[in-house]
Amino acid sequence: MFLEIENLDKTFETRSGKLVVLKNIQMGIEQGEFIAVVGASGSGKSTLLRQIAGLDRPTRGTVRIAGQPVMGPGPDRGMVFQHYTLYPWMTVQKNAEFGLKLQGVSQKARREQASYYLEVVRLTQFAQALPKELSGGMKQRVAIARALALEPKILLLDEPFGSLDIHTKESMHEFMIDLWERTHMTFFMITHDVEEAIFLANRIYALGSRPGTVRKEMHIHLPDRSHQVKRHSRFHDYRDELMDLLRQHGQEAMMVA
Amino acid sequence: MRQTPSPIHIPSNSKSLSPTVFWKLVEEIPRPLHIALTVTSIALPLLLWWLVTRFGQIDPKFLPAPMQVVEAFGRLWGTGELLQDAIASLWRVGVGFFLASLLAIPVGILMGSFASIRALLEPLFGLMRYMPAPAFIPLLILYLGIGEEPKIMLIFIGVFFFNALMVMDTVKFVPKELIEATYMLGGSRWAVLTQVILPNVIPGILDACRINLAAAWQLVIVSELIAANEGLGRRISVAGRFLRTDEIFVGLIVIGVFGLFFDLLFQYLLRVSCRWASQVR
Repeated sequence: MFLEIENLDKTFETRSGKLVVLKNIQMGIEQGEFIAVVGASGSGKSTLLRQIAGLDRPTRGTVRIAGQPVMGPGPDRGMVFQHYTLYPWMTVQKNAEFGLKLQGVSQKARREQASYYLEVVRLTQFAQALPKELSGGMKQRVAIARALALEPKILLLDEPFGSLDIHTKESMHEFMIDLWERTHMTFFMITHDVEEAIFLANRIYALGSRPGTVRKEMHIHLPDRSHQVKRHSRFHDYRDELMDLLRQHGQEAMMVA
Repeated sequence: MRQTPSPIHIPSNSKSLSPTVFWKLVEEIPRPLHIALTVTSIALPLLLWWLVTRFGQIDPKFLPAPMQVVEAFGRLWGTGELLQDAIASLWRVGVGFFLASLLAIPVGILMGSFASIRALLEPLFGLMRYMPAPAFIPLLILYLGIGEEPKIMLIFIGVFFFNALMVMDTVKFVPKELIEATYMLGGSRWAVLTQVILPNVIPGILDACRINLAAAWQLVIVSELIAANEGLGRRISVAGRFLRTDEIFVGLIVIGVFGLFFDLLFQYLLRVSCRWASQVR
C-alpha cells in the first residue's frame, strides 16, 4: 500500500462545541492510481487533503506515505491548490523553478528541469510571461509544472479546475489523462464535479456530509478516455449512482444543519 | 406552507440608466477631460486669489497678491536663505523618516508574520499611535536639548508606530495559500518570510511610507516653529513675527511642492518596482 489512511478523525473546536468534520476515514491507495474524492460542500474533502498534505494534523488516526507517517508539509507530495498560487512577481519560468531553488538545486540544473516540465504542460512559449498575463487554465498548468518539477511521489489536487470554464476544463481533463499515462504518478484529486471524477479517476471515494465519512468506494471501468465516453451507458450509471448517493447524504446534512 | 405573498406594484415607467461622462461611478473618464480638470484644480484657486487681491482692496499684510509672493520668493532665493531653510528641513525629514522606516519595516513584517510578536507589541504600539507626537516636544527638549536630536526624534516617534502598524497590515493580505504552497514545495519558514512574504509586501510598504512621509513633513515644521535657527518652519514663524505675510506664503507653497514631489516619487517607485501587481494603486 502506497498511501494509507487509518481511522482518521478530524474535529474542530468551535464556539458552539466540537464540530466533527471527518470521521473514521479508511483509505488504501496503490502507486500509480488516479483517485478522486467526491462530496458535497461540507463533506470535509478539502480537510482530508490537508491531512495528507501535512498542512493540518488529524485529531486521531494516521496518514502514511510509502510506510512513513506524514508529520508536516514537504516536497515529496506535490500539491495544486484550488485558487491560483503562483508567485505574481516571478515569471512562469521562475515559478516553475522555485521548488527546486528551495531545495538548493543549482541554477543550471533547475532551469533544465523546469523547462522540461513547462514543455510537458505545453507552456514553453510563455516561460518569460508574468502570471497576470496568463488565463486560468494556464496558471493551473504552471502550478502543475511547478509541483512536477520536484518529481513528487504523489500529486494532490484540491478542486484544481473548479474555477475554469467548461471548455478549458475539458482540455485540462485531456491533459491530466495524458499526463497520468505518461508519468505513472499517483494522483489524488478532490472535486465536487461527479462527471470530472468518473472521467479521470480509476477509483472514486464518495464522502457523505457532516461528519464526512466514506459512503462508497467505486472502481471505474470505462472502455476508453475520450469525450465520447461520457455518452456511454456505463458512464451514466456511475454518474446516477454517485449523484443519488450525494443527494441523499446532502439532504441528511441539510436537515441536521 | 406559507401563504403566497400578495402581488406588489412595481412602477412600469422606471427609466433605464441614462448615459453620463462626468458622473461615471468608479470608472475612468476621458483623458482630455482628466487633464482639463487637473489644470482647473490648481488654476482656479490661483485665479480667485488673483481676482480677490486685484479688485478686493485687501491689505497686503493680510493677503498678498500672487506677484508679491513671487517677488518674496525671488528675494529669499537671492539671499540663499530659502535654500538653506529647505536643506535644513529636508535633512531633518530625511534622517528622521529614514531611521523610523529602517526600524519600522522589519518590526512591522515580524508583527504581521508572527502572532506572538504581534501580541507582544500591538497593544503598546496601538497606544503610542494615539499619543500625538507634538505632545512629546516638552519631554524631548528636556531629554535631548534644543539641537537637531529632538527634532529628528519627534519625526521618528510620529512615523515609527504608524509605519510599523501599517506594514503589519499589509502582511495580513499575503494569501495564506501562497504560504502553504511554498511549504509544499519544501520551503522553510525562513524561506517563506524572506522569499514569499517580503516580495509580496513591497508595494504595501512603499504605500505606507508614502502616506507616513506626509506626517514627517508636518512634524518637521512643528518642531521648527518652536526652536530652530533655520528651516522652512522657522522661516514661517519669523515671517509671522514681522508680518511678512508674503514670506509665509512662500514657506507654505515650498513645503507643499516638496511634499507633492516626494509623493509622486513614491508613486513612480511603486509603479516601476511592482509591475507584477495586477492593479496599480
